[in-house]
Amino acid sequence: MKAAVAILRKDLLVELRTLETLPAMALFSITTFVIFHFGLNRPTVAGQLAAGVLTVTLLFAGILGVNRLFVAEREQGGFDAFLLAPVDRSAMLLAKATALFLFLAALEVIAVPAFGVLLLGPSLGPPLASLIVVLVLADLGIAVIGTLVSALAVQTRARDVIGPVMGLPLLIPALIATARAIGPLLGTGGPAPLPGKWLLILALYDVVFALVAYAVFDFLLED
Amino acid sequence: MPTYGKGLRGLSIITLTTVVAALALVFFYAPLDANQGFIQKIFYIHVPLAIVSLCGFVFGGILAVMHLRTGDRRYDMRSYVAIHMSLIFGVGGLITGSIWARASWGHWWVWNEPTLVSYLIVLLMYATYTPFRFSIEDPERQGRYASVFAIVAGAFVPLNFLAVRLAQQYVHPRVLTLSGGNLPGPMALTFYVSLLGVTLLFVTLWKYEMAAKNTRIQMRSLRRRLLGDDEIRPPQRSAAPSL
Repeated sequence: MKAAVAILRKDLLVELRTLETLPAMALFSITTFVIFHFGLNRPTVAGQLAAGVLTVTLLFAGILGVNRLFVAEREQGGFDAFLLAPVDRSAMLLAKATALFLFLAALEVIAVPAFGVLLLGPSLGPPLASLIVVLVLADLGIAVIGTLVSALAVQTRARDVIGPVMGLPLLIPALIATARAIGPLLGTGGPAPLPGKWLLILALYDVVFALVAYAVFDFLLED
Repeated sequence: MPTYGKGLRGLSIITLTTVVAALALVFFYAPLDANQGFIQKIFYIHVPLAIVSLCGFVFGGILAVMHLRTGDRRYDMRSYVAIHMSLIFGVGGLITGSIWARASWGHWWVWNEPTLVSYLIVLLMYATYTPFRFSIEDPERQGRYASVFAIVAGAFVPLNFLAVRLAQQYVHPRVLTLSGGNLPGPMALTFYVSLLGVTLLFVTLWKYEMAAKNTRIQMRSLRRRLLGDDEIRPPQRSAAPSL
C-alpha cells in the first residue's frame, strides 16, 4: 500500500511538473466536440445522440492517457527499479489504475462543462449528480482495463497501435452501458431516473476486470 | 517432447466420416424449413462453427492459465494454436451468419441482432492477438504476455455477450435454450451430428498443426546437432511460439 501511494505520488508529481498528458487529453476532447458539431451538422445535441458524443469523446481522450501511462516507466528504467524493490507487484497496478482514474476525472471536470456549453441542448444542471455516478463507474472500468492494456502494449514494438486496437474492443461493453445509462439523463424533457440495469452492468464489468487484472498483472512485470 | 501425430490417422478417418455423415443428413435427411426453405440449411454449418470457435477461445484461455501456472511453454503453443484455429472458424461463422441474415432478413448486416454483434466484437478483440504476439520480440515474454491477453479475452467473451444482449431486443432464433431447445427431432439430430463433426474437425486440425509445429522444431534441433549452429539460419521473427 505504501509502495502504491509512493508510485501514485510520483506519477501525479511528474504530471504536474511536465503537464504532458492532461492538457493534451482536454484539448483533444474539446477539438472532438468541434468536429462532432460539424460532422453532425447540428448546433446542439440531446438524448442518446448526446450520450454517444460524450462517451466516445471521453473514451478517445482517455486512450491518449492510456498510451502514455507506462511510457516513462519503460524509457527511464522505472520497471527495473520497481522489480528490484521488495514490494508487492500489485502496487503498480493499484497506483497506475488510480493515476489513470484521477486523470480521467480531471479530464471530465474540463470536458463535461465544455460539452454542456458547446453542444448539449438541455441544461447540464439537473442530471449532473446522476451523470457523475455513471462517469465514476465508467472511469473505474476504463482505468482498470486501460492499465492492463497499457502494460501489455508498452513492451511491444508497435505499442501506439496495439494499445488502442486491443483496448477498444475490450471497452465496448463498458461503452454500451455508459452510453445507454447517460442517454435518458440528457433527454430534452428533463432527466429521466438513472437506469439501474446499466449501472449494474457497468459495476459488474468493473468488478470482473479488476479481479482479472489483479490475477494476471504480476505476470506482466516478471523479468 | 510429446508426439502429436499419435492417433492422428484414426482421428482423421473418424472426423471425415462424421463430417460426410453430417453433410448427408443436412442435404438428404433434415426437412426443409417451412418459412425459410433451403437457405435454412446453412444453420447446420453456421451455428456449430460459431459455438466451436467460442469454445475454442475459452479453451485457449484455459490453456493460457495452465501456461502461466506451470511455466511450461508447450501450453503457450497449445493456446496459440487453439486461438488461431478459433479465429479461422470464427471468420467462417461470421460469413455464414451474414449470408443467412441476408437470405432470411434481407440484410447482410443486422445491428439489432445481439449474437451477431457480440460475435463481431469478440472477433475484433481476438484479431489483435496475432499482431500483438508478432510485435514482441523476446520469445519468453511473447508467450507470457500472450497468455495474459488470452485470459483477459477469455473472461471478456461471456461479459460481452451479456452486455450486447441486454442492449437489444433479439430477433435471433433461440435454438439452444436451457429448457432443451425447440428443434423438431430430425432437425435436432442433424444439428447435433453437425456440431460433433465441426468439433471433431477443430480437434483434428488442432492436432495436425501441433504435430506440424513440433516436427518442425524437432527437425531444427536435429539439424543443428548434425550440422552445427552456423549452418542453421536463426529463426525468423514470428507470432508463433518457438519453444
